[in-house]
Amino acid sequence: MKKPLRVKFFLILAVVLICIYGVIGIPRNKAELIANWENNIHLGLDLRGGTYLVIQVQQQDAFNAEAGAVADRLKDAAHKAQVQFTDIEAEDAKTLDTAKNVAVVVKGVPSAQAGTFRGIVAEQFSQWLLKPTSQTDYRLTMKPTEALTLWQQTLAQTKNTIDKKINALGLTEATVQQRREDQDSELLVQMPGVDDPARVKQIIQTAAVLELYDVKSGPFASREEALSQNGGVLPLGTKLIGAPTTASGPDSRGGGVYLVTRTPIVRGPDIRDAKPQSGDLPNTWDTGFVLSQDASKRFGTYTGSHVGQRLAIVLDGKVLSAPTIQNQINDQGRITGAASQQDAMDLALNLKAGSLPASVRYEQENTVGPSLGADSIRQGFVAGIAGVLAVIVAMLVYYKRSGINATLALILNALILIAALSYFGAVLTLPGIAGIILTIGMAVDSNVLIFERIREELHAGKAVIPAVDAGFSKALLTIIDTHVTTVVSCAILFLFGSGPVKGFAVTLVIGLVANVFTAVFVSRFIFDWELSQPKPVTALSI
Amino acid sequence: MEIFKRTNFDFLGRKWPFILLSLVLTVAGLISLWMKGGPKYGIDFTGGALMDVNFVKRPPAEAIRAALRHKITGEIEVQEIKNTQEVLISTGARDDAALQVVRGDMISTLNTAFNPQAGGKLDINLASQSVLADRLREPLTQAGVMLSEDQLRAITKAITNFRDTPPRSGLISNLEDLSGVPGVTPQLLNVVKQQCFAGNFAIRSVETVGPRIGADLRQQAINVVLIALAAMLVYIAFRFEWKYGVAAVIAVFHDTIITIGLFSILDKRIDLTVIAALLTLVGYSMNDTIVTFDRIRENLKLHMRGTFPSIVNASINQTLSRTVLTSGLTFLTALSLFLFGGQVLNGFSLALVIGIIIGTYSSIFIASPILIFWHDMAAGKAGPSKAAAVEVRPAGASKGVKTAKTVK
Repeated sequence: MKKPLRVKFFLILAVVLICIYGVIGIPRNKAELIANWENNIHLGLDLRGGTYLVIQVQQQDAFNAEAGAVADRLKDAAHKAQVQFTDIEAEDAKTLDTAKNVAVVVKGVPSAQAGTFRGIVAEQFSQWLLKPTSQTDYRLTMKPTEALTLWQQTLAQTKNTIDKKINALGLTEATVQQRREDQDSELLVQMPGVDDPARVKQIIQTAAVLELYDVKSGPFASREEALSQNGGVLPLGTKLIGAPTTASGPDSRGGGVYLVTRTPIVRGPDIRDAKPQSGDLPNTWDTGFVLSQDASKRFGTYTGSHVGQRLAIVLDGKVLSAPTIQNQINDQGRITGAASQQDAMDLALNLKAGSLPASVRYEQENTVGPSLGADSIRQGFVAGIAGVLAVIVAMLVYYKRSGINATLALILNALILIAALSYFGAVLTLPGIAGIILTIGMAVDSNVLIFERIREELHAGKAVIPAVDAGFSKALLTIIDTHVTTVVSCAILFLFGSGPVKGFAVTLVIGLVANVFTAVFVSRFIFDWELSQPKPVTALSI
Repeated sequence: MEIFKRTNFDFLGRKWPFILLSLVLTVAGLISLWMKGGPKYGIDFTGGALMDVNFVKRPPAEAIRAALRHKITGEIEVQEIKNTQEVLISTGARDDAALQVVRGDMISTLNTAFNPQAGGKLDINLASQSVLADRLREPLTQAGVMLSEDQLRAITKAITNFRDTPPRSGLISNLEDLSGVPGVTPQLLNVVKQQCFAGNFAIRSVETVGPRIGADLRQQAINVVLIALAAMLVYIAFRFEWKYGVAAVIAVFHDTIITIGLFSILDKRIDLTVIAALLTLVGYSMNDTIVTFDRIRENLKLHMRGTFPSIVNASINQTLSRTVLTSGLTFLTALSLFLFGGQVLNGFSLALVIGIIIGTYSSIFIASPILIFWHDMAAGKAGPSKAAAVEVRPAGASKGVKTAKTVK
């Protein structure tokens, strides 16, 4: 072997070894080989079975809450500074698209006090833009940078909370990610092995905001009744809480309207731990919870000084019960009345994970059962083998010995492709398998182009070695043109496409790059090696 | 072996039957699209639900539809998958609230219609591993089969794995079959038989898509195709000349339109994977055209004798063997995908099988005539100095392109 050929040979050998290592590692027995293969090749949900959910985060909830809080604080600030107004109210956003347009509408500020009012807003509400709509009326809108921050915060917080919830369910392999990089409000939840997402969806959607309130009076049958009992106006620092009876009749757990202090004594984030436990009666289940250190101090002081009074346990705005405080409680409590053990477990899970800053909507749900995945793998495998065999047989028949050359290049191409997927940690999906099979079909093209060129040169009367030379160099230009065009379209697919389209583009690009290497470099090497034999070659089997 | 030895077919002289064929296919496709009110999109583009159900013995499609119609609103389509006992059930339920419950509704309806009264037993073909484990835990202890939690998980996993591997494909028709699963003792099998029954169907996949995301995906897919075409046009224009780029892009556009039209005629749905296939075709057909154009450019550089059309014709002949071989081989791989790739890839591989044929002949009979037509237009402006041979072709070619445009 000549020296440059030897260098090429070792280069190719190195690539082959690296690829084989990437796919199966260094197995010592068959079991290890299979294990390594399974570790290196990551299968997508469509092949291994599982569920993915596309969740749209309803940002307007977070924006409306923010606007509501600002309206409240602005009222307080105006009172304090003795600025008069007739009305300060938040203008809610109804849809996701308009979330960032939430506003606080201020009416009836006397023009004499306009300066003071502007001062308050500039000082305490610098995240908001103040725009006068008339002599006495104003409109506050959120600054675009602030709105963007809130948007991203809401999304990140929702993502974390959902992550906690599904992890608590024991779905360790599940992932939550932002669906697209841009300012969208969509999350993609992927859960391998989950073939019925009903429970997961329920848990994600459940808010589970637990609050404990100091009860002033109640229960009342309705809000109207509560108001009239209090002379039409609520005492300062209090609010009414509790769901009015729903369409399906009064809620079995608690119900009724209570007058409570405005701020809760204990809130959701104060909960440190929660778990299901057996109830007092046989076959009943409770959810016990433990408060954080800080909250338990507060709670201990409060319950110690309020023995004999009532405490409202409120879950998601619904009063579950309003027991009388028997003695000082420090850090533990429980919620009774779960329908089953699983119910109690789910509530515990939700209490621990905390609530979502905004509600969610399920936009897409895709479940592939494990049996379909297994079938797809088998069918993809059969189709792949059939396709490759057909191509190899055709190449051998048509190009005789040179067909072996092309076959070797093809096999190496497939090997590089699979190894690259393994090294990049890319996920193999069904469209990806299709991409591989198709790459094999198209990889032949380069070989065919070169071989046809060599034949032409031979027909034109050239000797073997110059013919091979000319064939390769002339075909190279065409090969570059066709490959770059396809890479351009794949790049577009990758940038703008989604899901299956993206996976397909990735496999195709890797295949194309591998193809340039195998068809131009490896195939050339084999020819050169053949032609460098001591016995001079006068005819080429092509 | 060589099929084509220095051929010299007069391709451009015989372009008319093919242009006519293209026109017929395009018009037929467009009429079908017009009559059906646009392409038939998959649910990932329209929103709705799609469920793949595998039956032990498939009931008639009409029976399934009738059973579901009571509970599910909107159009219900039941499509039988050939050579299997599977059906694809799709509904056009569009509003969010309905989509949230459609899965449960469909399963419970199918249960009442096609499963025997189970008397509270668990359907092993619908149970996940954890549900099965929960169901068996207590009864196993009562029957004296002592298993640790890990062992229980392992054995239920083995049972569901057994169920899900081919050839069962998610369906156990007889619980006795489980005796072959390693670790299943007769005692354990008895408990399974007490607690479970083998239902008549299994759910293989469920997909629900909200209407908003569907519209979003559709728009995205169209954008991607158009941007990809534009990018390729620019690249070819950069590497060759504008006229080559335009000719290639028109040819590729022609392929896409005909494939979409044929999908409409065959009543096949266009979903995300079909879009991926269309994009592959775009790349493939472009590939084919470039190989021919490359040869034309090379021949022009070599100052080959003859008129431009004759050079084009010669170039097509020179690359013919490659064109046929590559197309043939790619067609073989696409065909193997279509035949063996299974139901999920059916639309994808069908689009490829159709598209490879059309893409191959469009390089010869669409892209090249357009190139000549454009060339002659430019030459005509420069002055009528070209030989008479040129004059014969442009008349035909120009007419062909014009008719194609007016029809579109």
